[in-house]
Amino acid sequence: MTDTMTTEKLVEKPATIAELRRAITDGALTATELAERYYARIAEHNPLLNVYLSLTKEQALEQAASVDAIAAKGDPLSPLAGIPVGIKDVLVMQGAPSTAGSAILKGYHPPYDATAVTKLKAAGAVLLGKINCDEFAMGSSNENSAYGPVRNPVDTERVPGGSSGGSAAALAANLAVATLGTDTGGSIRQPASFCGVVGVLPTYGRVSRYGLIAFASSLDRVGPFAANVRDAAEILQVIAGPDVNDATSSSRPVEDYAAESEKDVKGLRIGIPEEYFAEGLDAEVRAAVESGIDALRATGCEIKTISLKHTKYAIPVYYLVATAEASANLARFDGVRYGHRSASATNLSSMYRLSREEGFGPEVKRRILLGTYALSAGYYDAYYKKAQQVRRLLADEFLTAFAGVDAIVTPTAPTAAFKLGEKTDDPLAMYLADIYTVTASLAGICGVSVPCGATAEGLPVGMQVLAPHFGESVAFRVAQAVETGLVK
Amino acid sequence: MSANVSMEEVERVAELANLDLAEDEKPSMQRDLNSILEYVAQLNELDTAGIEPMAQVSDLLSHLDDSVGQDDGHGVSLRADAFRASLDRARVMEEAPETDGAFFKTPKVIER
Repeated sequence: MTDTMTTEKLVEKPATIAELRRAITDGALTATELAERYYARIAEHNPLLNVYLSLTKEQALEQAASVDAIAAKGDPLSPLAGIPVGIKDVLVMQGAPSTAGSAILKGYHPPYDATAVTKLKAAGAVLLGKINCDEFAMGSSNENSAYGPVRNPVDTERVPGGSSGGSAAALAANLAVATLGTDTGGSIRQPASFCGVVGVLPTYGRVSRYGLIAFASSLDRVGPFAANVRDAAEILQVIAGPDVNDATSSSRPVEDYAAESEKDVKGLRIGIPEEYFAEGLDAEVRAAVESGIDALRATGCEIKTISLKHTKYAIPVYYLVATAEASANLARFDGVRYGHRSASATNLSSMYRLSREEGFGPEVKRRILLGTYALSAGYYDAYYKKAQQVRRLLADEFLTAFAGVDAIVTPTAPTAAFKLGEKTDDPLAMYLADIYTVTASLAGICGVSVPCGATAEGLPVGMQVLAPHFGESVAFRVAQAVETGLVK
Repeated sequence: MSANVSMEEVERVAELANLDLAEDEKPSMQRDLNSILEYVAQLNELDTAGIEPMAQVSDLLSHLDDSVGQDDGHGVSLRADAFRASLDRARVMEEAPETDGAFFKTPKVIER
């Protein structure tokens, strides 16, 4: 750890959305003052943490001023009026560069907003800027960004997790009241665990992917980070719902997640999968998660041991499915319509190949190659089709489990945050950081990572609460019970 | 599936992916691909004969009554087939590496 004074200054819990809304409504605080306060904090801490890649201060202050004008008239405020929010840089937003953490998109200004961004704006949120992430959301440590790694505010020698590490670190350092991230194999939940904040993986289709720079389309999801469960529920409520621009978005009604999160959990059946507490789980992480389980037991939940025997196959399946989809999705970065074009190219073919070689970082190239290999003639059945078949086994196993329990609780990650550089030379070791999160990604179910304690060194530990498809309300209730039970 | 990717295969896959790998990148990519594919080979332990591949989550949501969108009867929800405004052409062209204002320009495709 750098030094205690620095860390204390870096880690700060923001006021809740409800508290801020009340202060703005009562005139105790203006949205403009609040935004200015956050920009001052960002100016102080961003040089070390490297969370924000770009700031949208002019737009944000305009948004804040319009909220203040409504509040001054005494008119009712929209749900997130004046709330400072940061956006992961894989989501496009007009008026700011969208780089996806990649050199290939350096300086790209998208001509439209992602649907989640549009919804936040409509709800009155003040969008502070774009947040650092692993290149094209590929990574488990936020060390793959072309714009440098993000540091974990809890211990600046450690990673914040990835790929939404910047979005999690922004919360932990109070550089935003809420942030948006994306999760393909654990990229919201794992950094939430490493930084000690709440992160939500919504059900596949619950939040539109329109405007999300695609990595693996059958897995990618947009979800919120917040400092507490209720705030995360409030943000999800705003960004969820159908979208004509995303055919996979669901038209199921969006529930009142914030109200649901407050409901009693007494009588809920909680499954504890034995495979998630086996070899490889750090002892301190296990102890913290068990304290969370004890808190659930104390509130009247019925704790049941269950088995998810295909869990060990999730990482191989994930890395075949995700890289195959990535190799197709990233074909669009060819130097023709946007992004980097090589100056050394002499003809069309070399323009494609050199633009991509110069623009992509090593992890992105590695995954494109793996995905292309798995999809290529002669290997398709052995790798890609096999992975899709095992994906169904994994998903069916969850459906069977949820017939007997209301939610499943696991550690979010096998360890607390590791040191910068510790795993960068071993891609496979890095991939294993997602071992507890990828199954939910493959199955399309929802989940929440909620802080449940810390190691002796003070590193946060997260508990993952998984619920069935469109079971967000249950996941929030259980996460809220853990949050409340551990505070008591 | 057995993992033993040769250097020729690395080069072939890079070509398929439109990537001009630098010479010094190739050995590490070969090593990483082999190590990942060796790990992936554990999927061979499972008998998956007769199991329908799962490409999309919507494949799985039949257990929910009104799972996804306005179902067209094939498990797919599609928007109405109607004219809608698209992105502003001038704004899109502003982001192009090279353009004549109306079209994207590239190096010559066909040599005479």
